[in-house]
Amino acid sequence: MLSTIADAVWSAPVVDYHALAPEIVLGGGIVLLLLLDLFIADAKKWILTPVASFTLLAAFIPVLTLSLSDAGVRSLFDGRYVVDDFSLVLKGLFLLAGYVVVLLSADHIREGDYYQGEYWFLVLSSLLGMVMMASSRDLISIFVSLEFLSIPAYMLAAWRKRDSKSNEAGIKYYLLGVFASAIMLYGMSLLYGITNSTKLVDIGAYLGSDMSAIRAVAVLFVVIGFAFKISAVPFHTWAPDTYQGAPTPVTAFLSVASKTAGFVALVTVVYVGFPGSNEVWQPVFWILSALTMTVGNVMALKQTNIVRMLAYSSIAQGGFILMPLAVAGEQGVAESALRAVVTYLLVYAATNLGVFAVIIAVSRKTRSGEISSYGGLFSYAPGLATLMTLFMASLAGIPPLGGWFGKFAAFQSLVSAQNNWAYALAIIGGVNSVVAFGYYGSILREMWMRPVPDGDSSPVPIQSSLIVALAITGSATLLLGVLPGIVIHFGDLAGLAGAFGG
Amino acid sequence: MLSEHNWVLSVGTFLPLVGVIIMLFLPKADEALTKAVGIITAAATLAVGVFTLIQFDYGRAGEMQFVANHEWISVIKSSYFIGLDGISLPLYFLSMVITLLVMIYSWDHVPSPGNPKAFFILMLVLQTGMAGTFISRDLILFFVFFELVLLPMYFMIGVWGGENRQYASLKFFLYTMFGSALMLVAFLALFFKTGAESFSIPFLIENGLNISRTTQIWIFGGMFVGFAVKVPMFPFHTWLPDAHTQAPTQGSVILAAILLKLGTYGFVRIAIPILPEAAKAWAPYIGALAVIGIIYGALGCLAQTDMKRLIAFSSVAHMGYVMLGISTLTSFGMNAAMFGMVAHGLITGMLFFVAGSVKERYHTLEIKRLSGMLLQIPKLGWIMGFCAMASLGLPGLAGFWGEFPAILSAYQPADGLPVEVFRAYMVIAAIGTVFAAGYLLWLFQRTAFGEPTAEFSPGHGHDEDIHDVNKFEWLAWSPLLIAIVVFGVYPQLMFKVLDPAVGVTLKAFGG
Repeated sequence: MLSTIADAVWSAPVVDYHALAPEIVLGGGIVLLLLLDLFIADAKKWILTPVASFTLLAAFIPVLTLSLSDAGVRSLFDGRYVVDDFSLVLKGLFLLAGYVVVLLSADHIREGDYYQGEYWFLVLSSLLGMVMMASSRDLISIFVSLEFLSIPAYMLAAWRKRDSKSNEAGIKYYLLGVFASAIMLYGMSLLYGITNSTKLVDIGAYLGSDMSAIRAVAVLFVVIGFAFKISAVPFHTWAPDTYQGAPTPVTAFLSVASKTAGFVALVTVVYVGFPGSNEVWQPVFWILSALTMTVGNVMALKQTNIVRMLAYSSIAQGGFILMPLAVAGEQGVAESALRAVVTYLLVYAATNLGVFAVIIAVSRKTRSGEISSYGGLFSYAPGLATLMTLFMASLAGIPPLGGWFGKFAAFQSLVSAQNNWAYALAIIGGVNSVVAFGYYGSILREMWMRPVPDGDSSPVPIQSSLIVALAITGSATLLLGVLPGIVIHFGDLAGLAGAFGG
Repeated sequence: MLSEHNWVLSVGTFLPLVGVIIMLFLPKADEALTKAVGIITAAATLAVGVFTLIQFDYGRAGEMQFVANHEWISVIKSSYFIGLDGISLPLYFLSMVITLLVMIYSWDHVPSPGNPKAFFILMLVLQTGMAGTFISRDLILFFVFFELVLLPMYFMIGVWGGENRQYASLKFFLYTMFGSALMLVAFLALFFKTGAESFSIPFLIENGLNISRTTQIWIFGGMFVGFAVKVPMFPFHTWLPDAHTQAPTQGSVILAAILLKLGTYGFVRIAIPILPEAAKAWAPYIGALAVIGIIYGALGCLAQTDMKRLIAFSSVAHMGYVMLGISTLTSFGMNAAMFGMVAHGLITGMLFFVAGSVKERYHTLEIKRLSGMLLQIPKLGWIMGFCAMASLGLPGLAGFWGEFPAILSAYQPADGLPVEVFRAYMVIAAIGTVFAAGYLLWLFQRTAFGEPTAEFSPGHGHDEDIHDVNKFEWLAWSPLLIAIVVFGVYPQLMFKVLDPAVGVTLKAFGG
């Protein structure tokens, strides 16, 4: 070991700056925000909002140019940081989701009257972690990205400092997040001990399909660590309290961007790192998926607070996203499973952000998070009610809205395995998607069929930033459902799935 | 060249959505304008439908016409593949007619709590879903259109319905959604069992034969539940009486006239031609459930005290005849079933219109409280009598040609089906017609004959509401009434369109 280090000649790696441009732009924006916050007067702090949103849009430009370039897969730092179709689609998703979160937060944050600069700094830092996560192909860079995106998120959850619920949200999220990181790190240390490498491709090659107990434990621990991040049952207990206590735009951010990042990491590790260990992780995903959607749905049915209901709904949706992974190791399923996961994540992001945009708009008038406060919304805010209807229908998976295609892709990939475990999970998923309408439908019922609770049917004031957010998410939800071909078109994602075979 | 006018179907299907987009930008307060735009859209759609009817090559009714096939979701191998043949044409056209008539009726009959803008928009969205289902030649496209009708109908019942509307709408939704979930799983299984190459129906018809019999039976089972819920067949029918009773008149009419046919159409177009072996295995059971439905629906009718609920149960019975005809797997039975679908759409649609108008005048549909309609509102009373006659299958009216041949067809089912069993079905179904005459005539007698009950007799405060058929009602109803007579007197008009297409569908059974 020592001798190899001594023999090695160090040479500076060739850095492809184009490939790193999104990260560099984001990093620059973060520094700019910090400096501006330090030097400008409080009255002018509003300027930080446009700076944050322009940073995100500017970072999106290199993502576009990279996806249009013909260079193919760009592999940096000895293949530990890779820019391919998979990572570009997800980087785009993170940046756009971040942009929508900025739109959702704009007024919320200004009215909160404190820490504007820090808020944007934390959101952008977390996003930078996510963007890095999409490219990480090494245990260390994955872990660093994960902490980079999580730690600002813990602080964001506790951002309303004088609100005990917000503090509770932050603490719970932090403690369980750290706990999960510890489990994952333990698994990673075992992996390094076994394979003598932190590079996922090497780990995958070394592990092969040969599974001793210690290898199985290592794989299991890493998977369970990520199960916390994606709030899969039974590792979900932090999510409802954190979602409910955190400021609503932060909840939107956590339930969409942070969850997506968890899935991205999970998929990368499983596809590149443990392709041969499917006998270990397939049953785990099967159980997690079945439990997650069932428990999420059943708990969501009895919620009376809309954000809490959405927390359980988001848990249940996670179960659907996990579904194809339960068979991803079977012959010929890997690629369609990966595509299903990515498609579902895109649709889910658009829809769920839209739901939160409506919630933020409505709660500014009703000052309530109870589902009953949506009574009669259709009679005094038909536009918002119609959009909410579309989003709920999409989450429930009703054509022709985006959600149906996400669910369809997941089911298709699952059934393509053509074994009894797959069929059993498909039936559980089918029953769950009917049950889910129970609570999504309850919101529709409130909005359309119930009277206005306090008789106050004055119109709901909507800020222009929310209108933009609603326009983006609403049209994306509809478009993804009617012409789903365009999402899929973003890339055949062969790069990551290709690692599966050998 | 059959695909000369291949834009026709797309325009006919999506034109209502153009109207929806225009209506979204109209002020909610200007109700007359919104209604007018809605009706104009429906009329324009029907005009496209008439054009389709004219351009249709009746000499080749068995083939798909106006075919268009474009890339849609290539990654799951589903395409925008549409076409129209003799089986889909009558239903496609009927959906356009019914939507327009219902909208005309709605001009002065917008149910409480008002808001015609939303109401008309939902009807137009429904129309797109219905028409799209009848032209789809791709299972995924079919599924999307099939599901598109769910939400609008859910809101129509839930918002504009009767007292128990929320329960009824949720029940309707959950039943249908459960059915479609199983249907989708069946579609997927079919897709993978045929080599995961295409969702196109012609492709699947060709390759479905290679699936093993056991697998076919399972896949058919999944589709069966999905379609049977929609029809609805006994024992999946329990959502129907609630939905019909609680729905506003317009909702009931569309539900009875078109939505129920999506289920039977699914059997004829998808389940039976793709999985002929399974269809044979299932046919005796489908037949059994159909005749149970006939008798159960009839007995249900006899027990009802509410006019609308009675008509809803009669739907269960009538759809039983349709399913009996389909279950024989013969050209004769299938023709009868297809005719029965259209006839039931016209007649039961009309009956729900009448029920709606009765409710509007008397504010009740309780049969006990209604009496002497022929004295008070003779025109409406006679229209109701006419529809009751048509519904019980009086020869010379459209209902007869759906019911009578369906019963007859059970005498000689397709080769390989148990003849004795089907003959028993025939006898039971024939007894069902006696019941049908019983409950319909009894309904007519109780509500229309005699003197008006004390509370509704002149001078008891209801005189203003109780008036005879008005001009919007005439406008909406006369096409249906005329069609009932025309198809009753000259059924060949429709049979000659249906028959060649039915022949193609049943190719696997040797005609």
